Amino acid sequence: MAPQPIDPASGRGLRAWLAAPVPSSPFQARMQQLSLKWWRLRANPAALFGLAIIVLIALTALFAPLIATHDIYAQDLTMRLQRPSAAHWFGTDELGRDIFSRLVFGARITLYIALLTAVIAAPLGLIVGTTSGYLGGWVDIVLMRIVDIFLAFPSLVLALAFVAALGPGIDHAIIAIALAAWPPIARLARAETLSIRKSDYIAAVRLQGASPLRIILGHVVPMCIPSVVVRITLNMASIILTAAGLGFLGLGAQPPSPEWGAMLASGREFILTNGWIAGIPGLAILVTSLAFNLFGDGLRDILDPRHG
Amino acid sequence: MSRTAIAASGPGPEPGRILPSWLKVSGRILASFAVTLLGLAALTFFIGRLLPLDPVVAVLGDNVTQEAYQAMYRQLGLDQPLYVQFGRYIWGVLHLDFGMALTTGKPVMADIARVFPATIELASVAIMIGTSLGIPLGVLSAMYRGSLIDQIVRVVGLIGYSAPNFWLGLMGLVLFYATLGWVGGPGRIDFTYEFDLEPVTGFLLIDSLLAGNWEMFGNAVSHIVLPASILAFSSLAYISRMTRSFMMEQLGQEYVVTARVKGLSWARTVWGHAFRNIAVQVVTVVALSYAFLLEGAVLTETVFAWPGFGRYLTNALLAGDMNAVVGCTLLVGVIFVTLNLLCDLLYRVFDPRTR
Repeated sequence: MAPQPIDPASGRGLRAWLAAPVPSSPFQARMQQLSLKWWRLRANPAALFGLAIIVLIALTALFAPLIATHDIYAQDLTMRLQRPSAAHWFGTDELGRDIFSRLVFGARITLYIALLTAVIAAPLGLIVGTTSGYLGGWVDIVLMRIVDIFLAFPSLVLALAFVAALGPGIDHAIIAIALAAWPPIARLARAETLSIRKSDYIAAVRLQGASPLRIILGHVVPMCIPSVVVRITLNMASIILTAAGLGFLGLGAQPPSPEWGAMLASGREFILTNGWIAGIPGLAILVTSLAFNLFGDGLRDILDPRHG
Repeated sequence: MSRTAIAASGPGPEPGRILPSWLKVSGRILASFAVTLLGLAALTFFIGRLLPLDPVVAVLGDNVTQEAYQAMYRQLGLDQPLYVQFGRYIWGVLHLDFGMALTTGKPVMADIARVFPATIELASVAIMIGTSLGIPLGVLSAMYRGSLIDQIVRVVGLIGYSAPNFWLGLMGLVLFYATLGWVGGPGRIDFTYEFDLEPVTGFLLIDSLLAGNWEMFGNAVSHIVLPASILAFSSLAYISRMTRSFMMEQLGQEYVVTARVKGLSWARTVWGHAFRNIAVQVVTVVALSYAFLLEGAVLTETVFAWPGFGRYLTNALLAGDMNAVVGCTLLVGVIFVTLNLLCDLLYRVFDPRTR
């Protein structure tokens, strides 16, 4: 959840509205909270730096066809293994394809994997965690035992096993990574739910006759969403690394896809003579995952004072 | 507990209780351990069944007669109900029997026993590097919070978390092996030494020392130092970060102030008093990061052509050899759960507050 950029210099009215001691509407109260968080984020240069890089990568992915200088699939064997130059900013690979353009399109794949994984893993973890925490008893014991079992595998190994069973490919890699990524979110959501379910407003809803399903979906889940969002941002870095690892092993995106891990793997043969073919995609992976780590750390400091 | 029991309970064992509490607690821990192991087995069984490729075709290949197909289908037990298959699978697992590996044609367990020492050796050297650097760095950055060293440790840690270790490995090979020539290349040892040694423990470093072959020992060290350092990097990041946060918590305590007021030097306060209090926590962190090294080894071994568990798993994955994949996955899970259990027990034994 990126706080809305609110420019305090844009008008006295907005500033006063945000600084009003008593908010007059729920919307205003929410915006005030957001602006406070944004101010705290602005005091954290590392997190801002991370956010800036994430925005840059997102824009690159969005406008990839405009930024790329060459066709990413067009092979030109007369131009193979060229050093970085004005025509090919990051050089060319073993089939004469422009590495810069491939890198730009690769940003799409990386963000696609990261976002889709988050979209699968977060709701799954949220539903399991809140159900387990709210219902308690046997449901809780059984669900948490399942979570423990998933947590017993390192995420890469579990993802590898799932990919082995499903077959290589980018969509299977996403499913595999999501299956390995949901358990920590379920843990988190359960912990949140345990403190929420005792609150008065839940008791009030229950007295009105709401069903457990309605309470969980309508009243518990929304309260857990912020912390889940922070958690998933922090997990993005490891999701990206796992995806790149799968691509590197040849189990994720398949050639000729310009996925960064797969590009790195194909540059491996030429590592001693043409190091940049593998070096540049690796650097891109490093920068992206570093950006998510920096931003995630900053978000956690803001939203979770215990770790400050 | 009834009121009389409370009244009767003084120092010493309570008369109302038959079992001492530690036995109950360890019983509960062991029971949950067993349930988790059964769950691990169930999950790996499920993964093995998910398989879109036909297991019979995986064994026999595409060109088989209908009779041969049916025979193998029955031989693999695929005509049995699922619960019978699961029972057989569990029975096999209990006897350390994961079936035959298609890629090598040997039992999976024998393969794992053959390749595992190489990984243990790599991971052990890595954890030694990670621990011996990570703990002092973590303590130092907590002692001098906000200083230059704290910043450096933070940045190094962040890169350790963020860098893909297969990429670091490749770049390390280019720099330290191809360009500078400081370390040996891929593999555990130079080809010339490959068949010189009779394996005793399976650990090359130890075996070459036992044989008194210093030249070979040196060669093995030159081969292991780079992959182990790369592997150590991420655990170094984790260990130093956790040590820092444990230490910061201790340094805010009153006994630290007391020790300082009594005239103890900063270094002695930190190492002699505060560090003792975080020792158990640090040990558990080290144990957990050892388990994570097994994960990192999968990619590092591929890069360094290290003939260990990770490369075996990768080859099995690429060949669609599900018996080997399931065996390896289950093994990693069991190691993970066991290390977690040991950490838990360690806490209970050494930290009186958890009793």
